Amino acid sequence: MTTIHVPILARIEGEGALELTIRDQHIISLSLKIYEPPRLFEKFLEGRHYSELLDIVARICGICPVAYQMSAVHALEQCFGVLINPWVRMMRRLFYCGEWLESHSMHIHFLALPDFLGFPSALEMAKVYPIQLQQGLMLQALGNEVISFLGGRSVHPVGACVGGFYKAPSLIAAKKLLEKIKKSLFLAEALIHFTARLPLANNSHDFCSVALSHPTEYPFNEGSIKTTSDLSLDIKQFDQYFSEYQVAYSNALHCTLQGKNYLVGPLACININHQQLPEETRKLMKDLDLTFPSFNMFDSIIARALEIHFCLLEAIRILEGYFYPECAKVEVTPRAGIGYGCSEAPRGLLWHAYQLDENGMIQSARLVPPTSQNQARIEADLKQSLTQFGLNKSEDALRTYSEMLIRNYDPCISCSTHFLTLNLNRQ
Amino acid sequence: MLQDYPKPTLAVYKFTSCDGCQLAFLNAGVALLELTNLITIIHFAEAGFVAPTQAVDIAFVEGSISTLDEITRIQQIRAQSNYLITIGACATAGGIQALRNFAGSNNWLKDIYATSDTIDSLKTSYPISHYVKVDTELWGCPVNTAQVMVAIRSLLFNAAPQVKRDSVCMDCKRRGRVCILVSQQQSCMGPVTQTGCGSLCPGLNRACYGCYGPSENPNTQSLGAAFKKLGLSDVDVARQFHHINNQAPAFHQAGNRFKTIPIWVA
Repeated sequence: MTTIHVPILARIEGEGALELTIRDQHIISLSLKIYEPPRLFEKFLEGRHYSELLDIVARICGICPVAYQMSAVHALEQCFGVLINPWVRMMRRLFYCGEWLESHSMHIHFLALPDFLGFPSALEMAKVYPIQLQQGLMLQALGNEVISFLGGRSVHPVGACVGGFYKAPSLIAAKKLLEKIKKSLFLAEALIHFTARLPLANNSHDFCSVALSHPTEYPFNEGSIKTTSDLSLDIKQFDQYFSEYQVAYSNALHCTLQGKNYLVGPLACININHQQLPEETRKLMKDLDLTFPSFNMFDSIIARALEIHFCLLEAIRILEGYFYPECAKVEVTPRAGIGYGCSEAPRGLLWHAYQLDENGMIQSARLVPPTSQNQARIEADLKQSLTQFGLNKSEDALRTYSEMLIRNYDPCISCSTHFLTLNLNRQ
Repeated sequence: MLQDYPKPTLAVYKFTSCDGCQLAFLNAGVALLELTNLITIIHFAEAGFVAPTQAVDIAFVEGSISTLDEITRIQQIRAQSNYLITIGACATAGGIQALRNFAGSNNWLKDIYATSDTIDSLKTSYPISHYVKVDTELWGCPVNTAQVMVAIRSLLFNAAPQVKRDSVCMDCKRRGRVCILVSQQQSCMGPVTQTGCGSLCPGLNRACYGCYGPSENPNTQSLGAAFKKLGLSDVDVARQFHHINNQAPAFHQAGNRFKTIPIWVA
């Protein structure tokens, strides 16, 4: 009997480990352990004022603070019956473009690409592929700049508030940013060509994709929850279809859709929404023979590259129509109730629900982050893929392959470590 | 510095945190590539370097201590490190998750987990300095690239990094910003908050919320009293101090004072 233990998973955000037991060429047990300590956000949000919420939830994840702010802001606005103006709506899409750019390019060149090219780290990879790392760093920096344009800084940005933004950026700043993004578009095109040429193995599985979907645009902040099993749900119906449960070996709750594991994230999003991508992106897909839906998990890196291209085009579109608004935020009057918010974070569906009293004090909070949703899928992928790979392979080979499979999901473990109150009577 | 290595060594260790302060390195772009010419990275899991028990010259620590295992781990890291620098509010002041220290988090755990006994979690979240000696503390939620790079540069010149402790308020004056507290009657924490962010929030037309921790000699009582004149209740004022840096002594005590006894007498 072989037991393989990977005590620290490198090149992922947060802390996780894997334990795998094999007997007679069969996997006896496999557990992805998330030992990142719980921080209990949902508890200390109770009793805070709604105006503090965006600053607090940003702290759940340093890599995707915008996603947490956006899911939260929409939940509050739904509860209070706030209608935002078109300027705010556009700026929130731009804000989200920045985060996808930053997060996707960091995942591609720092976390995933070294696996596909056979290096232990991005800095080692840079000795052979200096251009790839430099171009990746440029895209990541550009994403950070887009976030800072509206948020003041890229990690835990401070610009967004309930109703809109604290301050509108100047026309000059918008023009400068637009020029810079236009000049960077070739980087995204080069990245798509590069990832499309990677010798990616076929790691196809039969799985259900879940993502936000909007009738007229590629989703960020608004839409319904769609699946490749043809469900289309209002975000309020989340609890009726999705359920969460605790497993003894992990500090993050698992989540299933009608009892089955499912995928969230860029590949799931593009599987569902590829027809909403801009014409330029779809033309590149056609030229390179990239078709979706795809069930090859390794195509995730291509999905991220395509979404980077989309983000640049979307940012250009928004900034070309930029105007200085009369009001950067609309009036907000709190009222008691429950608000739901769901947005498409860089790692997938991010669902929030808050209960508030008439003074705008938070009574309870529930957050379902993407990584806890993907945990069951990652474990299922590992079981199948490792068996296909050959369980008789050396321990080192199995370890390296497992790490690559896990990293491919871009698990963001620091944000998967706050949990929901289990409702045991849910069935 | 250890003389055995051709270049000084550097490590980044993570404890209970959001990973945001490590981005001061990963978002550094070309500066990160330059840095690797000056030092050798030996442990930085998110960047792909794993050697958690190897001796190191400069140790950066992100995150607070919130589990038994983390207590053991930080003691080992202290023993193997020449110079230990905490980065961010979690490592330096316990982080926002230290709000559990006011509540007794075992009840919180039970509210969240069906079986809370499988979770290794202390009732408290404390800064690194609560358990081991820290050589330099870099404040901020998050710290930025400049803070981290300046610290490394100083150490490479064999000088201890200098941390500016004057207030965001002073920074606003230097930048010629209109005062948010005076002109808009917003409860701005700038007068008692350490500089380093570039007075970002007042620059965006909003009140500072203290994410860089207390400045030197903060007059928290006077500021809290000013907030009450703006219409905040004692509990509202307490919440301002018990926020991102709730365990930083100056903010911790100020929050406790306003929460328990109404001190202000006009």
